[in-house]
Amino acid sequence: MSTRREGRHAVEYVQLPHYPQSRRRLGSLVMPFARLYTRRYTRRAVVAAVAFAAALAAPPVFAQSAPEQYLPLLTYRVGPYAPSGISIWAGFLDTVRYFNEVEGGVDGVKIVTEECETGWLAEKGVECYERLKGGKNGSPAPLMLPSSAPISYALTDKVVADKIPMITVNYGRTEATDGATFPWNFPIMLTFYSQASGIINFIAQKEGGFDKLKGKKIVTLYHDSAYGRETIAPLALLAKEYGFEDIEIPNPHPGNEQSAQWQQIREAKPDWVYLRGWGIQTPVAIKTAARVGFPANHIIGDIWSSSEDDVIPAGDAAKGYLAVTTYPAGTDFPIHKKLKEYVLDKGKSDLKDLSRFGTVYYNAGVVEAIITIEALRTAYAKFGAKPINGEQARYGIEHLNIDEKRLEELGVKGLLQPLKLSCSDHEGGGALRVQQWDGKKWTPVSDWIQADRATLRPLIDEKAAAYAKEKGVTPRDCSHES
Amino acid sequence: MSSFDQSDAISVVAAPAGATPAAWRPNWKAIGVLLAAFGVLPFVANDYWLNAMLIPFLVLALAGLGLNLLTGFAGQASLGAGALMSVGAFASYNFLLRLPALPLPLSLALGGVAAAAVGLVFGLPSLRIKGFYLLASTLGAQFFVEWAFTKYEWFSNYASSGSISAPHLALFGRDLSSPVGRYLITVSTVVALTWISLNLVRSQAGLAWTAIRDMDTAAAVIGIPVVRTKLTAFVVSSFILGIAGALWAFAYLGTADAHSFGIDRSFQILFIIIIGGLGSIAGSYIGAAFILVLPILLDRAMLGVFGSVIDTGLLENLQKIIFGSLIIFLLIREPRGLTAYVTRLLRPRPAR
Repeated sequence: MSTRREGRHAVEYVQLPHYPQSRRRLGSLVMPFARLYTRRYTRRAVVAAVAFAAALAAPPVFAQSAPEQYLPLLTYRVGPYAPSGISIWAGFLDTVRYFNEVEGGVDGVKIVTEECETGWLAEKGVECYERLKGGKNGSPAPLMLPSSAPISYALTDKVVADKIPMITVNYGRTEATDGATFPWNFPIMLTFYSQASGIINFIAQKEGGFDKLKGKKIVTLYHDSAYGRETIAPLALLAKEYGFEDIEIPNPHPGNEQSAQWQQIREAKPDWVYLRGWGIQTPVAIKTAARVGFPANHIIGDIWSSSEDDVIPAGDAAKGYLAVTTYPAGTDFPIHKKLKEYVLDKGKSDLKDLSRFGTVYYNAGVVEAIITIEALRTAYAKFGAKPINGEQARYGIEHLNIDEKRLEELGVKGLLQPLKLSCSDHEGGGALRVQQWDGKKWTPVSDWIQADRATLRPLIDEKAAAYAKEKGVTPRDCSHES
Repeated sequence: MSSFDQSDAISVVAAPAGATPAAWRPNWKAIGVLLAAFGVLPFVANDYWLNAMLIPFLVLALAGLGLNLLTGFAGQASLGAGALMSVGAFASYNFLLRLPALPLPLSLALGGVAAAAVGLVFGLPSLRIKGFYLLASTLGAQFFVEWAFTKYEWFSNYASSGSISAPHLALFGRDLSSPVGRYLITVSTVVALTWISLNLVRSQAGLAWTAIRDMDTAAAVIGIPVVRTKLTAFVVSSFILGIAGALWAFAYLGTADAHSFGIDRSFQILFIIIIGGLGSIAGSYIGAAFILVLPILLDRAMLGVFGSVIDTGLLENLQKIIFGSLIIFLLIREPRGLTAYVTRLLRPRPAR
């Protein structure tokens, strides 16, 4: 750094008080602007700023022929989770495109999506939410898909104030299942509690009945975080009920070294390992298990340890590995035929790498899109086929009823489970399928297995009541909701 | 250490040299800022501006201010800013939850006190080590706090997810949970703490900090108690960071968990003061605006121009490139940070 410049500053600073006051004041008002203008760089900056402002103020292009439903999407195409995000949004957008272009929209209403990049981060999510919540071109924002646990937590209070329902498929607060306390939260399909119960039911099936669970040892190797701890309470409850031994082993983040944990598992000699991993943790666990000689086909990965990206890095060790899912991989579901014919083969897919078509995460996007579209359709049936707002969308979600017949019509039988929501039940599903990795692809090895939701509900109600007390929420009376 | 030789520091030294206190004149700049903050913005800003721009900007600026007192003024490098924010957030949450009779400002302040206590403990290594070594030891705070809040669920009131959420925000029976209410909580706290800091850095304590920063041996020789001065810097800085953490959790996001104030947050705050200007109160504000507001404006502008042709992922990566190049460009133009750059632009050139 130049000392000359520093010296100049110092002198100047001391000299300032000797300046004639009036002239200094006037000077300090006018001179900066004058100098700003004469400076080459700043002049360029001004030009850039004006261009900026013009871009900001650019009027949106209006196209008001048919009614169009605005649908904001908080996406993550960059950041550490981008690989899954890119597939999820491709599945989602391809499905929406199919409905818009082939089926003429949802009951004639075209869905117009707008993306905002969150990078999975809470603060960017809040910014995107505030940016998009107002709707566009006269259509309100009907619902929010935060697609990130931290964002969903940050939006919990905001969606209540703004009356916009928030859908969190397979994640989010378990206690939000209680729609009386959480009117605007929808942890649709499978909470972590239901997942724990579904896994135990699957093991019981494999062992030949619930009475065979007695004396069995089930290890849960969990990511030591809020997400990982979610299943401790329900598993303790189920262990008491069925008499199996529940061994909980924490696995600190990021989990790229698990020798100690697997040594502990080997000594415990468990019958099954329930692997609740996250990111790198899953392939490392599978590889370490192979090293200590634990069979992969007795490890059951949870929903966030169930994608291609979780097993391919583990190589051969992953052969036979089981994982639960609510959107099995595959391209043979009827909807995939339609997507392939009308979207992929026409070159309109959002996928850049077409080999990811039908992967677990692509199908997750398809499933989320179907749930969203059906919720909108239910609301249109009640309020008329025109753009709806958050309150109307909430009616649609709470009255969502996708039965076997509807699954058949949509072409998603086997891909999506029947869902029936209500004011007091914001989960609506609670079933899972188990799939097995054969070294190349996932194959479902079970039909839908229903969680024992009635047993777990008191735990959920307890948590919801604690939340209501802490936040001073008065739960609404669901018997008065039609 | 030459990067610390700030003109501000000189002005601080120069002011008492004037000896005769000038007659009180209204500080029009300050009045203008206050008028805008309290009289104009709450009425004209919409939800988006309040929730997505102003509140996070103010909180980050406050956090930057806290770290700046420690790193910029007292010369103690730290990467523990996130940890102290986290302590502040969890402590105020527990005060609000378990002692509901306490008024909101007191709970916030107690959160700051808790953070100050933790900061004091993690400031102890500064008595023996300096520079990069101190930086590495403050990392300890970062990991310890994250571990403690995950391990002991009492801190998060046994929430199954481990995250805490904003309790009911009210003061004197008035509900403050609306965006304007939360903005007012934030801006009042930030203004009060900025005012205190401004006076602090010009006081005996602040001068002692800069003396230690510039050369601690010399400072000790002229009779400045090094141990006490370093620790006060840690305490005051942690207090402000703690309050910033509580505001981040309650006034801005409405939620926090053990991982919300990770190492990334600590780096972000360090960058705010490096880009804004070390050893400058205004630098914290300018840095926060640069780090937080500029990317958002960039994003909106680029969406407006290229939104229909380029997908959002690519656009986001492009913005990161532009933003990164801007940082490099600005730091080459003015290594002492944006404050120095702006001051240089605005100040009349000395007569030659």
